[in-house]
Amino acid sequence: MIDVRNLTKRYGDRTAVDGLSFTVSPGQVTGFLGPNGAGKSTTMRLMLDLDRPTAGEVRIEGVRYRRLPDPLRRVGAMFEAGGVHRGRTAYHHLLWLAQSNKIPRERVREVLDLVGLDRVAGKRAGVLSLGMGRRLGIAAALLGDPPVLLFDEPINGLDPEGILWIRNLLRGFAAEGRTVLVSSHVMSEMALTADHLIVIGRGRLLADTGMREFIEANAASYVHVRAAEPGRMRDVLAAAGIEVRSGPDGALEAHGVEAAKVGELAAASGLAVHEIGTRSASLEEAFMRLTGDAVEHRTGGPR
Amino acid sequence: MRAVLASEWTKIRSVRSTAVTLLLTLVLGSGLAYLFGRSFRGSAAVQREDFDPLFATFYSLTLGRLALVVFGVLVVSGEYSSGTIRASLMAMPRRGLFYAGKVLTGGLLALAVSLVTVAVTFPAAQAGLGPYGTSLGAEGALEAAVGACLDLTLLCVFVMGVAAMLRNSTLTLGVLLPVFFLGSQGLGNIPGLRAVTQYLPDQVGMVITHVAGPQDDPRWARDYGAWEGIALLGLWTAASLIGGYLILRRRDA
Repeated sequence: MIDVRNLTKRYGDRTAVDGLSFTVSPGQVTGFLGPNGAGKSTTMRLMLDLDRPTAGEVRIEGVRYRRLPDPLRRVGAMFEAGGVHRGRTAYHHLLWLAQSNKIPRERVREVLDLVGLDRVAGKRAGVLSLGMGRRLGIAAALLGDPPVLLFDEPINGLDPEGILWIRNLLRGFAAEGRTVLVSSHVMSEMALTADHLIVIGRGRLLADTGMREFIEANAASYVHVRAAEPGRMRDVLAAAGIEVRSGPDGALEAHGVEAAKVGELAAASGLAVHEIGTRSASLEEAFMRLTGDAVEHRTGGPR
Repeated sequence: MRAVLASEWTKIRSVRSTAVTLLLTLVLGSGLAYLFGRSFRGSAAVQREDFDPLFATFYSLTLGRLALVVFGVLVVSGEYSSGTIRASLMAMPRRGLFYAGKVLTGGLLALAVSLVTVAVTFPAAQAGLGPYGTSLGAEGALEAAVGACLDLTLLCVFVMGVAAMLRNSTLTLGVLLPVFFLGSQGLGNIPGLRAVTQYLPDQVGMVITHVAGPQDDPRWARDYGAWEGIALLGLWTAASLIGGYLILRRRDA
């Protein structure tokens, strides 16, 4: 369980994290989403006391990170960028981590086996491939068998096989009852991995919702219509109490209605229809809309 | 604390640069000591009344210690250049404890290497000097040898503090190496500047090791004595360690 309360971080006059509050619960994968630069990594660093918050605090299982005795046994974290001395072997990297938290030496071999790095344990980290480096990062996070796990952009740059491996791994951790927080800027991947979503934009909380609710609310299907007289078409649909939005190139999007009903209304009013069909908004679009709006709110521009 | 020391020891011994720099300290120190001794033996200098065999013995360490300085820088800066600092602070979020463990581990190893280096350098220099050499029983020799160990060790620890303040190996070496070269070989020879440069951290340990030249000669005399010099180096080291700690405690990782 991770409890983020009124967390704020400013660098000079730039606010990276702006009054963020949310809770990450155990037993599920929580996706931490936002466009690049939204403040995801900063928030995760603040969780681990790597950076000092300007205001607010994070408690992990009720305690500040720096107060945790042998923290690697309580929290495991994997950051995207490096963190491993290129000249040190995978084994020695894990060994010094284990020693610092009084984790038995045998556990190093165990996690190396677990992530499939046992055969390259003696290789220097600098020669490992991106995928192997990522596995080493995951091995380090798992070293203390911690109940809380944080992953910062774990799938970036991985091949499909690696992505699938990580997805199954994360789902497995959640099934074991651990708290799993995964940041990403790729919505479609999160849709397959996460049960719950925390979405931030410009350091502010935009959504804190279940994945299913998010999909239902934001990725509902609609009827795409292209008519000879879009203005009249819109009036007809609106008169029937149907919510209409403007699509690209003069097309209309009718929400909460079947395509057949739209076609019948057009026919009844003698309107020519060039194109009609059911479309579903992708999660990616829903995500862009959500985060894009946040940017406009902040700059005070019109919606 | 034992866990931190064990961890830092693993870090130090598991990178190649440690062995390279420490071996270089030993080889440069003792190897050059022998060569300098040989060249002194063949020169007119040994015939002079004020010839000091201890100068010829320990002069090579002013070069050998540069390798030890690089070791000190890499122990600390390596954390920043590789990004390991984040993993370190995640594993050891009590920064003071982490820092103390790192400096202590590096310092103890530097002390061990200094002892070995001096123990090998002394006889190597005497072998080079031949009949003009001296022995540990001679006046000031043992003091100079002990001083050389302290000078090497403290300088290495001083450098760790500087590296913790600057958090970048290139920058740290870029700042330190010119100071260490210019202070002794360059600026130090300009009379007006010597009043100031004699107090630089690379200079203060030179009186006890007889590398500063004969102290009864006003051309070389320093404004402090042998052990005062070591005390000054202790102050330099304490100041840099405190500075490094304050930076590590305050700054975001």
